[in-house]
Amino acid sequence: MLRAENLTLKRGSSVVLSGIDLQLQPGEVLGVLGPNGAGKSTLLAALCGELLPSAGTVSLDGLALADWQGPLRAQRLAVLPQNSTLGFAFSVESVVAMGRLPHASGARLDADIVAQALQAADAAHLCGRNYLQLSGGERQRVHLARVLAQLWPGQHGQVLLLDEPTSMLDPLHQHTTLQAVRAVAASGCAVLVVLHDLNLAARYCDRLLLLANGKTQALASPQQVLQPALLESVFGLQVLVQSHPELGHPLVIAR
Amino acid sequence: MKPVVHHRLLLSALGLLLLLAIWLSLALGPVSLPLSETLRAGLRLLGVPLDGESLERAELIIGQIRLPRTLLGLAVGAVLALTGVSMQGLFRNPLADPGLVGVSSGAALGAAFAIVLGATSTAVPPVFAPYLLSASAFAGGLLVTSMVFRLGRRDGQTSVATMLLAGLALTALSGAVIGLLTYLADDATLRSLTFWNLGSLNGASYARLWPLLLVATAVALWLPRRARALNALLLGESEARHLGFDVERLKRELVLCTALGVGAAVAAAGMIGFIGLVVPHLVRLLVGPDHRILLPASLLAGASLLLFSDLLARLLLAPAELPIGIVTALLGAPFFLYLLLRGRG
Repeated sequence: MLRAENLTLKRGSSVVLSGIDLQLQPGEVLGVLGPNGAGKSTLLAALCGELLPSAGTVSLDGLALADWQGPLRAQRLAVLPQNSTLGFAFSVESVVAMGRLPHASGARLDADIVAQALQAADAAHLCGRNYLQLSGGERQRVHLARVLAQLWPGQHGQVLLLDEPTSMLDPLHQHTTLQAVRAVAASGCAVLVVLHDLNLAARYCDRLLLLANGKTQALASPQQVLQPALLESVFGLQVLVQSHPELGHPLVIAR
Repeated sequence: MKPVVHHRLLLSALGLLLLLAIWLSLALGPVSLPLSETLRAGLRLLGVPLDGESLERAELIIGQIRLPRTLLGLAVGAVLALTGVSMQGLFRNPLADPGLVGVSSGAALGAAFAIVLGATSTAVPPVFAPYLLSASAFAGGLLVTSMVFRLGRRDGQTSVATMLLAGLALTALSGAVIGLLTYLADDATLRSLTFWNLGSLNGASYARLWPLLLVATAVALWLPRRARALNALLLGESEARHLGFDVERLKRELVLCTALGVGAAVAAAGMIGFIGLVVPHLVRLLVGPDHRILLPASLLAGASLLLFSDLLARLLLAPAELPIGIVTALLGAPFFLYLLLRGRG
């Protein structure tokens, strides 16, 4: 279980994150929302140990992140960055197979898992293609498959952190991606996902963390967080909130 | 790009190519030996009991002159190609070259000091004189690379981009000092300075060979153990950390392997360009970027290419000899341009 206590991070003299308390529950999908520069990516970097907190702690199963051995941690915690800079001509399967590097599960099982993870990310048809010849959205799905393969099939105690996994995807794949994320969570894995689309967040997340200026503005269910007054104060955008006619989750419409 | 050749087949083909290169390198020269005689003399040198008085001359030529030269070429080519792969991995750029971290220019600086000051100084005991150049080049390479590495470090993290810029700056600085030494040199030292800068396998001896063989073996055994980590590094530094690799340690090891390997290669054979850049690139086109196959294939291809270049160097103007750096640059530079233009579409 990933836990942040009083997480504070300074860059130079400016405070980028301050006093974040957060606990990821097994099986839940926690969405992180906030305007540009609110500290969403910084939060994610601090939660996976890429940035060291100026104050406060981040721990996985009660043990500080820095005290985990690399491969053991990688078997428990996977991270999908906002964009990838891979510039070498790997095949799609080889990129996904890198998710299996922390494991010693054998080539045959790894190949199975790679195929299933590609299927889950709706990227199975890209098998055999050169990664460099893929579009931005296709690359994003291949990397999603890579982090899914890293935690496959997903279990209690694992954590998946995703930074805007839908930023380059078409509407259909925004949904298939978040459905794949829900499926991982259903296996017991805790998921934190940074999103910009309020309606996607409302539909697929169990809880939402609303960030502004590095501070928690709200941390509760989508119904509680997606309130017109709160959204206007954080985003400066006037909205109507209704409920989805079929599914019942909040639907945010700009006025 | 999809791997177009089956990996095992390609490794075997490269292995055969290297054997052919070794065979020709032992047979051809000012006194060309028949291939069969070369083979039999070579086997006898390896301890296979073959009779025949007639083999003595071949054995002498091969054992004393061509074998050390061939081994030198093999080790230099292998090390330059392997360190090229590791630098392209470290900088995550297929156009990186082992010289980027300053090791080549540092070694050139060390060698220039040894040549210019060694020619005038009497402080060096005659016993050490033959080793002065190599040792000084090796030390210069290590020194400049460690400075580049230190300049790239900040708060316990190594910034590859800063290292790249520091490497450029120190290379320019070394160039200036070498220029100054060149200006101060007399005609004879100027000549040896120039020749050293062009690289040569000429005058290989077992005494100069064994330190390089030692380093080359260590590098060749060590780097393949890091193949998976290098693959992960191509995804990005944080991605590699998220996959459980100790990226700081990996970077240290890659820089150390390059400093030792290129330092020893340059110390033994002078500056030989383009092998470290072109060979990994070429091999990547054949087998793809997976380091588990890229490293061994580059080792074989680098050693072969250097031996064939050396054959050209000694045969083109025989009995005179071209510096091998000229041959590798003549082959490598147009190929590099081809890669650039091809990449532009």
